[in-house]
Amino acid sequence: MANLSAENVNVWFGQRHVLKDVNLVFPKNEVTALIGPSGCGKSTFIRTLNRMHELIPGAGLAGKVVLDGRDIYDAGVDPVEVRLRVGMVFQKPNPFPTMSIKENVLSGLKLSNRKTSDADGLVETALRRASIWNEVKDRLGDPAISLSGGQQQRLCIARSLAMEPEILLMDEPCSALDPGSTRRIEETILELSEDMTIVIVTHNMQQAQRVSSRTAFFLAEDGNPGQVVEFGSTEQVFNQPIDLRTNDYVNGHFG
Amino acid sequence: MSQNETTAAPERRSLRAKPFAKADRIFYRVSTIAANSSIVLVSLILIFLGIRAWPAFESQGIGFVFGSTWNTSVEPIVMQIGPMLWGSILLSILGVMLAVPMAISIAYFIVFMAGKKLGSSVSVLVDLLAALPSIVLGLWGLLVFSPVAADWAKMLHDALGFIPIFANSGDNFLRSPFIASWVVAVMIVPIIASITREIFSQLDRELISASLALGAGRWSTFRRVILPTAAGGIVGGVLLGLGRALGETVAIYFVLNLIFDINIFNILEPKGGSVASMIMSKFGEASTAEVSGLMAAGVVLFLVTLFVNMLASYIVAKAQPWRK
Ligand SMILES: Nc1ncnc2c1ncn2[C@@H]1O[C@H](COP(=O)(O)OP(=O)(O)OP(=O)(O)O)[C@@H](O)[C@H]1O
Ligand SMILES: [Mg+2]
Repeated sequence: MANLSAENVNVWFGQRHVLKDVNLVFPKNEVTALIGPSGCGKSTFIRTLNRMHELIPGAGLAGKVVLDGRDIYDAGVDPVEVRLRVGMVFQKPNPFPTMSIKENVLSGLKLSNRKTSDADGLVETALRRASIWNEVKDRLGDPAISLSGGQQQRLCIARSLAMEPEILLMDEPCSALDPGSTRRIEETILELSEDMTIVIVTHNMQQAQRVSSRTAFFLAEDGNPGQVVEFGSTEQVFNQPIDLRTNDYVNGHFG
Repeated sequence: MSQNETTAAPERRSLRAKPFAKADRIFYRVSTIAANSSIVLVSLILIFLGIRAWPAFESQGIGFVFGSTWNTSVEPIVMQIGPMLWGSILLSILGVMLAVPMAISIAYFIVFMAGKKLGSSVSVLVDLLAALPSIVLGLWGLLVFSPVAADWAKMLHDALGFIPIFANSGDNFLRSPFIASWVVAVMIVPIIASITREIFSQLDRELISASLALGAGRWSTFRRVILPTAAGGIVGGVLLGLGRALGETVAIYFVLNLIFDINIFNILEPKGGSVASMIMSKFGEASTAEVSGLMAAGVVLFLVTLFVNMLASYIVAKAQPWRK
């Protein structure tokens, strides 16, 4: 049933090997959490899933990322098509500064030259799903950067949702949010997972347990490239980890 | 204390801090002096020019700016710079139109397409072009470029001559505004390109990532994200270029016929104008009265440049409401 998987993914930045032999399967309509200490390669990995390393000179990749049976790094695959199916929310909020709140929500359509018959409806739905509608409904024409950091992040989530991706990648989406917005985002994630596959990077162990059904633990041991130490159901990774290092990490003994 | 008494707002206090450390104080002093002296300098230049130019303004009246005749062999002498002034503006507009797409493409290539090595060598080349003395560019324009550009002009005329802009009454395609504006463009491309490059390289890469992640192609990312975000800075570069174009003297003098007969838009005719080049060409043999006229021409050019700058900063501010 899986429609997204990573097979032996390795990543280099220049000469530096930062990710080694990552094998992960992301089952359809499930939330998978990626956890691990800072610098172990979680962001690097999640960015391989929609070909975001294209922009980084010197970045290299080995292995495959398979989406519905097709390797997305195949020479014949248009990265734009991949990204339309695999949306992404970044670690730092990055709304388009030249656009208003509303334009930001619709920016994906504009940028990919698509049309919608009901722009206002789409804007409202997306903003509601990202639980920011009530805060901005009276100021949709304001510049997006007039929002607070946490609001900007939820706007970015709305912007991705407006494109209705099949898979959503979220790189620490809540790191800039207050507890209230974090909880609302978590509720959103659970709702979305009814018809969307979600991969989320988080440093918050409780969050991983609240939202995900599966968890992968990444670790880069002194100077070695990052690897997946443990991958399984969230329940098992947190409560009966097989690897000692996982046990130490989820219980806050290192990292 | 009763509640009523507290309703008056407390006195506002200044939030400005004065510099305490010695280094800070010196730094403040120097900055203030530098800023003020630039204002003083500009005013002094204007006053000096104004005094010398006044007799010409007085004798010629408004016709000085809008008339088309320059005749110093009649009495009283007639000095009118209309065609030169319009020529300067026309060359600048055409030059900017040619230069901006070139400059932006170069900057885009350097920042987003070329690798480190290729990018920095192209940058060095472009900056070298900026350092080219305009006399050298003028000679190149006259000896190398003009014959080539005259062929282009002829082809343009043959293909599109029915459009008035590309009309040509004789068979002379040399020394036209068309050619001079290419020379101007070559001169201002490096200025605009290096500023645009700087702006592009300071652009938040996360915005580009965001755009690509939403399914944008390279072109729509450029058009809808990079360009709007960088627009203010690019306009700044264009302004610098425009300033150089309006004031350019020698290079234009080498490749353009300065004719006191207004040529609004027939850019392929060997007939154009440039205030700065005109001043240079006449200064050597000018009588006292004529020198006053040339000074007056300088004042007008200065005011036009000032106006263009103010207009542009107004446009930038209007076009970017998010940048307060
Ligand atoms: N563009 C890049 N160029 C060179 N090295 C990079 C680049 N991006 C990341 N790295 C390196 O790759 C390693 C993994 O980084 P990554 O950002 O994936 O870590 P992370 O697990 O997301 O950490 P965090 O939890 O702090 O976000 C780090 O050692 C980092 O220095
Ligand atoms: Mg990260």
